[in-house]
Amino acid sequence: MIEVKEVSKAFGDKVVLQSVSAVFEKGKTNLIIGQSGSGKTVLMKSCIGLIEPDEGVIRFDNRPFSRLSEKNKVDIRKEMGVLFQGGALFDSFTVEQNVMFPLNMFTNQTLEEKLDRVNFCLKRVNLENVNKLFPSEISGGMMKRVAIARAISNSPQYLFCDEPNSGLDPKTAEVIDALISEITEEYNITTVINTHDMNSVLQIGQHINFLYKGKLWWQGDKETILRAENPELRDFVFSTELTRRIKL
Amino acid sequence: MLKMLGEYLILMFETFKRPDKGPVFRRQLMVEFVGLGVDSFGIVVIISVFTGAIVAIQTAYNIDSPLIPLTMVGFTTRQMMILEFSPTIISLILAGKVGSRIASEIGTMRVTEQIDALRVMGVNPANYLILPKITASMLFNPVLIIMSMVVGIWGGWFACVVTGLVTSTDFVSGLRGWFEPFTVTYAMIKTVVFAFIISSVSGYLGYNIKGGSVEVGRASTKAVVYSSILIIFFDLILTQLLLI
Repeated sequence: MIEVKEVSKAFGDKVVLQSVSAVFEKGKTNLIIGQSGSGKTVLMKSCIGLIEPDEGVIRFDNRPFSRLSEKNKVDIRKEMGVLFQGGALFDSFTVEQNVMFPLNMFTNQTLEEKLDRVNFCLKRVNLENVNKLFPSEISGGMMKRVAIARAISNSPQYLFCDEPNSGLDPKTAEVIDALISEITEEYNITTVINTHDMNSVLQIGQHINFLYKGKLWWQGDKETILRAENPELRDFVFSTELTRRIKL
Repeated sequence: MLKMLGEYLILMFETFKRPDKGPVFRRQLMVEFVGLGVDSFGIVVIISVFTGAIVAIQTAYNIDSPLIPLTMVGFTTRQMMILEFSPTIISLILAGKVGSRIASEIGTMRVTEQIDALRVMGVNPANYLILPKITASMLFNPVLIIMSMVVGIWGGWFACVVTGLVTSTDFVSGLRGWFEPFTVTYAMIKTVVFAFIISSVSGYLGYNIKGGSVEVGRASTKAVVYSSILIIFFDLILTQLLLI
């Protein structure tokens, strides 16, 4: 479980997060949604330690991650898997080397053990026979799946996904969503997903946090979001033609 | 300027830490030996041969007094190559080739979130990315510079013999005369300092990119400019300290 407590962040005069408190539950897909500029990315980057909050604390299973020194954060970071928006695969490494990277850095496994784990992870994300390809030789959807395989290769306790569907067609996006959801339940990990894709929200939103102008505006799940009375949330949810038709 | 210096020193503090995994560091080091060192053989050989030849021909052309022996051509070519051309001019060329490569490689990793990915995995990105480059440059550049000295002097000899300006005997005689071994030590000290400047300054500029592809290009250009200015500046300081 990850607990975000009264987290605030400003860049100069621009306040991005205002006393945000939320709990991301274990074994569930926790979504952070909101319009562009609402503070989603800053909240996620605060959670993974790329941005220091000005106030408040972020706890990982009662460990105050945001208050630890860089050196002491490393132990918790080794328990994280992060799927970046663009995949962030190492472009000079093959797919196999990318997935093996966390194992090379943090385990003392033999090459055979590491290869077994790499092949297992790639198979888990429905990718086979791509081990020797470079990231530039695979499609956007495959890159995301390789990034997921890399994120889970070291058996993380926490999985963070930043806009996992950006740049993907609806069908591939659905596959990625389903994969993240399955992995979350299968390994009982705490998953936090940053998205503004309503398809994802309705497909895997077990616990949804809606940010509006840097504040936590609404919390709920995929069942309640369509019936919510909050006007800002309704404005966001029913902003596309597809969702407007669902509303009718 | 002071902010930049502070950021650079903090980055170097992060860089010069014990690597997380020895075998991973050694593998990265081998990759950098090839990328920063072996891949530079061609350009170093071509430029050194031609410059050695040009220095020899120009020296021979300028000796018009019968009181100056033609052995001075070999002597001057050797001194020019060892004292200044190989360590400084080749380092300036490497600042262009290697410096821009380091800055653009690390800069691209920054803008595509690969450095963030390393950090959230619990890896020290500065140590993982920059330390092998600095180490490889400091260990391999002396090899390149010694090679430059050898092929440059050979180029001078070849030009003299082919054009008939100086006989092989005169050239070799000058080459062997009044040799001070400390000049090679001086050249190696300069080479190692310049290698550190090129790799660390370029690494710093690539690592601290904010923005996108335009910034990668800018950082790459800055890496060449800043490294070149610092090389010339430290050349003066080291020459004052070591030779006078």
